[in-house]
Amino acid sequence: MKANSSSHLRQPRAPGIITPNRWLSERVFNTIIGCFKRHGAETIDTPVFEIKETLTGKYGEDSKLIYDLKDQGGELLSLRYDLTVPFARYLAMNKISNIKRYHIAKVYRRDNPAMTRGRYREFYQCDFDIAGQYDPMIPDAECLKIVHEILSELELGDFRIKVNDRRILDGMFAVCGVPDKKFRTICSTVDKLDKMSWEDVRSEMVKEKGLSEEAADQIGQYVSMQGGKDLAERLLQDAKMSQSKQACAGLTDMKQLFSYLELFQVTDKVVFDLSLARGLDYYTGVIYEAILTQNGPVSAPETGEKGEEGVSVGSVAGGGRYDGLVGMFDPKGRKVPCVGVSIGIERVFSILEQKAEASAEKVRTTETQVMVASAQKNILLIFN
Amino acid sequence: MKANSSSHLRQPRAPGIITPNRWLSERVFNTIIGCFKRHGAETIDTPVFEIKETLTGKYGEDSKLIYDLKDQGGELLSLRYDLTVPFARYLAMNKISNIKRYHIAKVYRRDNPAMTRGRYREFLSDFDIAGQYDPMIPDAECLKIVHEILSELELGDFRIKVNDRLDKLDKMSWEDVRSEMVKEKGLSEEAADQIGQYVSMQGGKDLAERLLQDAKMSQSKQACAGLTDMKQLFSYLELFQVTDKVVFDLSLARGLDYYTGVIYEAILTQNGPVSAPETGERGRRV
Repeated sequence: MKANSSSHLRQPRAPGIITPNRWLSERVFNTIIGCFKRHGAETIDTPVFEIKETLTGKYGEDSKLIYDLKDQGGELLSLRYDLTVPFARYLAMNKISNIKRYHIAKVYRRDNPAMTRGRYREFYQCDFDIAGQYDPMIPDAECLKIVHEILSELELGDFRIKVNDRRILDGMFAVCGVPDKKFRTICSTVDKLDKMSWEDVRSEMVKEKGLSEEAADQIGQYVSMQGGKDLAERLLQDAKMSQSKQACAGLTDMKQLFSYLELFQVTDKVVFDLSLARGLDYYTGVIYEAILTQNGPVSAPETGEKGEEGVSVGSVAGGGRYDGLVGMFDPKGRKVPCVGVSIGIERVFSILEQKAEASAEKVRTTETQVMVASAQKNILLIFN
Repeated sequence: MKANSSSHLRQPRAPGIITPNRWLSERVFNTIIGCFKRHGAETIDTPVFEIKETLTGKYGEDSKLIYDLKDQGGELLSLRYDLTVPFARYLAMNKISNIKRYHIAKVYRRDNPAMTRGRYREFLSDFDIAGQYDPMIPDAECLKIVHEILSELELGDFRIKVNDRLDKLDKMSWEDVRSEMVKEKGLSEEAADQIGQYVSMQGGKDLAERLLQDAKMSQSKQACAGLTDMKQLFSYLELFQVTDKVVFDLSLARGLDYYTGVIYEAILTQNGPVSAPETGERGRRV
């Protein structure tokens, strides 16, 4: 056997490593799983690999962050980048049209290859998804209820859940004069509003993305709006916005969503926010993101920038509706509507650790409470 | 976004896929984890990747079954093949000299490339004790844990075979050992044949005692050390009341190079031949 020289006594730089203290925060997993189960979800597992082709073309620019396996004969494989695309593939492959499932597992993302020391990331995602045909907004509202329950039970501090809709965003872009083919790229710029000031975002839209200044300014007026059901009603009356059928459909659904949220009694934390845009291409309807409000800007951990499942700095959960994804895997293009949410478990761990340290609480790493021993020579011989 | 053609509606062949029913056998995991915790173990997690160099030279011929990641710039990585080498690396890296830990996770093994349908991954539940202790105490505890878990899981009757890496006896085939004893060590063919008979033997503490008296066997210091430890082990196993299922079996040999002392393997006896390495748990002194 070969001994390693000490220069090889390294492990791949992995900020996601869970130390004994955190690992024993089974409490966090139990809270989350308990909530998922209460809502009637079952769990599945999918392979950590996917056929490389399955992941191709699903993540846009982030595709370069996917880990590929070396070609060692056999199929070309890649490590899963999230749990959503595998889920959609699983549904199509098994011809499932209706399921409520949770999946807690690790996903793998390379860091930006431009960086010299190739950090890599392996971290947990906690996903909950509802697939199937339902009356509009009911499963979407249930996902938000779940986020609300989990974040409340975990006692992370005060939080807000921002909601928006892909159709409202696209409708807004259309009535503001954004050319169709620029929708996605403008959308990804608007997405940066949580990190950048409006001036910088506007500047990027105009200078880098070639948008007219008028269009940019019109967008600027909308994206500063926040509210509840009332905002949705107001926008339906808005002369410009109401010109877009897409936007109207989204706004009508938003009103319906808020009605259900009122029944679920979670509207205290939910806000309809027109500046919310989520990076992933596969969203087709409602989108949402939960952020903690108390701790000021939570400094992005070593994982840096946008980490888990487009959960950007400061956010602890995110998700949305994605009705077209399963159809991409089905041989007949058969669609299965889906909506889901991903809890940023690593972020939750960091925050709870910080809180524990602040309160100087000691976390034990083993559960054994009592050990009985009598200290004598040849103890084992006598003990029995 | 790109739609997939139906020819790509596949997932990598993975008999290890856990369906909802099996997955919901949390019962099994709970039983195993419960036992580990009762014995005071903590759990750790290590990355699914290791630096390729870390795994090099640790698995002998099995090295060709390791999954490598493509070179995409940065360090060359491989997927972990077991949980033991990462554990040892973890101890060295963190300068830990004493720990009792369990680790339940998946490991990744390419099947023999010559085979067309291959297993490619499996779940391992590892329990290890690292540190300096009086001889055989942690080894006995590991066997006690195997006994507890297999009993609680109600899989049916089982046996735990134990042996020790008596030098030569399990690195070489019996023919080669016999040949060496006769041709190089000048042993008489009769004596060699007698030992040959022992190799096929099984027993308990009595077998260890008998072998210690054996004129030839007692010439080997290493063998004597191993046999003395084996007697000690059985004394502890008697105290733990698990000797009913444990048998000292000289034919037991385990493939991995890193074992240096006691080795063991548990098999189910009722269902006919079940391939042992999947069901067995093993321990070692590293």
